[in-house]
Amino acid sequence: MSSTEQLSTRHLLGIKDLNEQDIQLILDTASNFKDVLNRPIKKVPSLRDITIANVFFENSTRTRLSFELAEKRLSADTINFAASSSSVSKGETLIDTVNNILAMKVDMIVMRHPYAGAGVFLSRHIDAQIVNAGDGAHEHPTQALLDSFSIRERLGDLAGKKVAIIGDVLHSRVALSNILCLQKQGAEVMVCGPTTLIPKYISALGVKVEHDLMKALNWCDVANMLRIQLERQDIAYFPSLREYSMLYGLNKQILDSLDKEIIIMHPGPINRGVEITSDVADSAHSIILDQVENGVAVRMAVLYLLAGKRG
Amino acid sequence: MKQSLLLDGPKFEITLKRLCQQLIENHGDFSDTVIIGVQPRGPYMANRLRQEIKTISGADVQTGALDITFHRDDFRMKGSSPLQASRTDIEFLVDDKVVVFVDDVLWTGRTIRSAMDAIQTFGRPKKIELMVLVDRRFSRQLPIEPDYIGIQVDSIDAQKVIVSWKETDQEDSIVLITEEK
Repeated sequence: MSSTEQLSTRHLLGIKDLNEQDIQLILDTASNFKDVLNRPIKKVPSLRDITIANVFFENSTRTRLSFELAEKRLSADTINFAASSSSVSKGETLIDTVNNILAMKVDMIVMRHPYAGAGVFLSRHIDAQIVNAGDGAHEHPTQALLDSFSIRERLGDLAGKKVAIIGDVLHSRVALSNILCLQKQGAEVMVCGPTTLIPKYISALGVKVEHDLMKALNWCDVANMLRIQLERQDIAYFPSLREYSMLYGLNKQILDSLDKEIIIMHPGPINRGVEITSDVADSAHSIILDQVENGVAVRMAVLYLLAGKRG
Repeated sequence: MKQSLLLDGPKFEITLKRLCQQLIENHGDFSDTVIIGVQPRGPYMANRLRQEIKTISGADVQTGALDITFHRDDFRMKGSSPLQASRTDIEFLVDDKVVVFVDDVLWTGRTIRSAMDAIQTFGRPKKIELMVLVDRRFSRQLPIEPDYIGIQVDSIDAQKVIVSWKETDQEDSIVLITEEK
């Protein structure tokens, strides 16, 4: 432990900007915060002089609640902004909106935005620290960190572990962040899905590509099932949901037919019966609710460590 | 850099034994008392006290480790301590217990202030006492004084007091270090 142990970056815009030490520092600090969350009083005063705005230009349940709870557990003041009920609909630009929020003396912005790169753009024009809570189909860094944390809890060190990311990789920001995060920790990654939902040059990232679900499941230690993002699909990428779930849906029979135990993850929200059946989602193999629980601790670690960069 | 040895070997042992005797005198069978070492260096002392008390009186006193990183008052200030926390390991509630904080060196008192804040998240102790191996007197920034003291040292801010423990540093010793300009 030395005083140089702090993040190498001032914002959390994507896993791309983090190095391996940053990821270890965040995950180690998150386990300290998980411990705090299991105490009778689940709160520490670290960020009592910090104000954080949660700026969401896109719908969210888990991520927004999780960030808000993390902020409150750290004693930060929080304000929430949802684009749907704001002046954005009157034509205000992103920079104007955020500068108005900052004029109210806000120190940090947690932002979700439908366009890739919105966080990077904002970080170049304003002073506050930015945490990317998902930008388009680009990155969702805190989700990848909490996924790694959850895997580490079950399997220990990620080096050499095999993780399959299965489903709608094309529209997924969780996929890219996870690929980068897992690889930086030495894990092997495979993506699996119909040809139409796998980005064309994804193998350039050093991931294996597979179109057969059974082969992917037989290969992996962990299967991260992604949601079919119908709301982002402008054309028909597969004939029908029924056909998709027959070819790529994970059910109990498939799970039982494997000659090993694998861990099942899902970033939520789940389309029950499409990418994953209820009996799998609720089974002992699934760590879906652990992911949600760990999300608060991981986000506390991110906010705490970023705040520590300000001094 | 000048080093002067303040305590080691048998004298170190004698000091620890005396501290244990004082604890036994005040806390009897420790049914109501817990010892909590303040991270990062306090837990070594807490564990040693626990073993010693067991040898002397047979009482098995509950011990824990408390990390105060998230309760510091210098978070985000220039030159402040590392961000990364150590483990907190308290497997019991401290409601209505007498908590004895144990740390190797007491200097400004700020760590102990943070510890008093941090322990509240585990309940409301009946009483909190403070035991330190080394008291750097006349250097307090807060109105905090120890109840049990191993040795007292007069030092200036530029000096450092380093306590080594057999368990990790091969030997028991207390050294005063003076940086020469």
